[in-house]
Amino acid sequence: MAFFEGNMMTGGYGDGPDIINSCTINVDKGEIVAILGPNGAGKSTAMKAMLGLLNLKSGNILIGGEDISKLSPQERVKKGISFVPQTKNVFAELTVRENLEVGAFLRTDGTTRVIEEIYDLFPILREKKDQAVGQLSGGQRQQVALGRALMIKPSVLMLDEPTAGVSPIVMDELFEHIVQVKKTDVAIIMVEQNAKQALSISDRGYILVTGENKFEGSGKELLNDPEVRRSFLGA
Amino acid sequence: MEFINAIIVLLNYTVIPALTYGSQLALGAIFVTLIYGILRFANFATGDMMSFGTMFAVLLTYYLQSKGISFGFLPTALLTIPFAIAIMIFYMLIIDKTVFSYYRIKKSPPVQLAMVSLGVMFVTQAIIRIIIGPSDRRFLDGEKFILKASEFKEMTGLNEGLTIKSTQVLTIFITVVVVSIMFWFLNKTKTGTSMRAYSDNEDLALLSGIDPKRVVMITWIIAGIIATIGGILYGLDKSYRPFVYFNNMLPIFAAAIVGGIGNPYGAFFGGYVIAFAEIFLTYAYKRFFVYILPESLEPNSLIQLLSTDYKFAISFSILVVVLLFRPSGIFEGKKI
Repeated sequence: MAFFEGNMMTGGYGDGPDIINSCTINVDKGEIVAILGPNGAGKSTAMKAMLGLLNLKSGNILIGGEDISKLSPQERVKKGISFVPQTKNVFAELTVRENLEVGAFLRTDGTTRVIEEIYDLFPILREKKDQAVGQLSGGQRQQVALGRALMIKPSVLMLDEPTAGVSPIVMDELFEHIVQVKKTDVAIIMVEQNAKQALSISDRGYILVTGENKFEGSGKELLNDPEVRRSFLGA
Repeated sequence: MEFINAIIVLLNYTVIPALTYGSQLALGAIFVTLIYGILRFANFATGDMMSFGTMFAVLLTYYLQSKGISFGFLPTALLTIPFAIAIMIFYMLIIDKTVFSYYRIKKSPPVQLAMVSLGVMFVTQAIIRIIIGPSDRRFLDGEKFILKASEFKEMTGLNEGLTIKSTQVLTIFITVVVVSIMFWFLNKTKTGTSMRAYSDNEDLALLSGIDPKRVVMITWIIAGIIATIGGILYGLDKSYRPFVYFNNMLPIFAAAIVGGIGNPYGAFFGGYVIAFAEIFLTYAYKRFFVYILPESLEPNSLIQLLSTDYKFAISFSILVVVLLFRPSGIFEGKKI
């Protein structure tokens, strides 16, 4: 049994058609799991279902063995699940420090200490702490977004396309940061477009097609699987 | 001497009244901008909500006066502010619970909420009409002047007198204090930061564990404090005529939009921009020019750019010009 599990999830937005069908995603602490697949495969939807942003028709979500399928997203945040959306993932009008403070809204203690830890993880944020986040570069913003999500010291971190729209150099840097976060015993799930790079840092990967699990395996296995390579990695 | 007299004329008839009126507008504009920035709709009940709070200050002032309670040389109405604010906040929270929250939960578009606020405006007007009626009431007591024109002339030996009314000093002083506390609250406290975060990016605020109900409630509480104080200061300075507050909504909205709607700093300064524009453009400068120009050039007309009847036209023109050329307001910078 994994630490954080979404089992046989089926559901869609509102009364619309089902976007994910019996989709299963598991992750353990200290592990990076990548969710990959073509456009419209339901990658982000699967992640949002685990966060509680859509109602499931069937299936369940477990964290540490506890069923949280009925909890609202806010209540799941309190359980230690942090989410970084793909867009609008920072408070652009607020300063870097204020973004981190808001991230720690649920903490009752030690905000300053955790902020220092985030600054150690992302040194550039210490330099820019009093600047409005709207004035930062794309890569720096993504670091703020990651930092904000880490403020509650989550046990699960979910990233929706963390490297969308950043340059290749920044992408490598972000992936390095994600690996560092993993080393602090956090379970990480990420949806990625840059499949090869994502798999190279992931422990495991899921490939979804039309809302169903198509392939799964370790990062290496998927990278070397001829069918996966041909269909999804473009080589 | 002539020159100093000219300056005194300007101070007495334009600068001091404009600072006072500007403070009153600034409070109203901050009210508009807070509701717009956090609850995301243009509140057309602004004027009448201010009137509603002031009504209770008037009634309580009458009650205290009948009991023989006064506040020394200060207006008795100042004593009633906490009670008027409490009633006002209670009213606002009830309105929010019974009316606005339904549309907020349904995620109605802002224009629909604005129309709903029109309904709230009519209801509020009706309640005011039932409770206190539409007539003009004065509720200012205590010392009326801090500096009388005659005293000033005696002191300085100038021809022109400078009058400073106690309500003018009170208005400016209380506005500065209230607005400073509000900015401190918004920028330096955890709750204030969470309100700004909610205003900036609602979804992410929810994901960070910020409770939207609490943010909405605190917004109404702050708005209630500001609206009541603004209304009472205006009523003390002029007089309490319930429906004048409805008319004041035009300059108040103009001030909020000039400052960039959603931006409380902008709303604060916008209040003064509108007040100075209104007063400078409608003041008759004849006496001023009599002092500074040589006798041969003395004007024989009033030198008034616009009749005071047109003062609303000035706010309206500023509003239109700003919306055409700088729709985000003349002040750069951050929102709430």
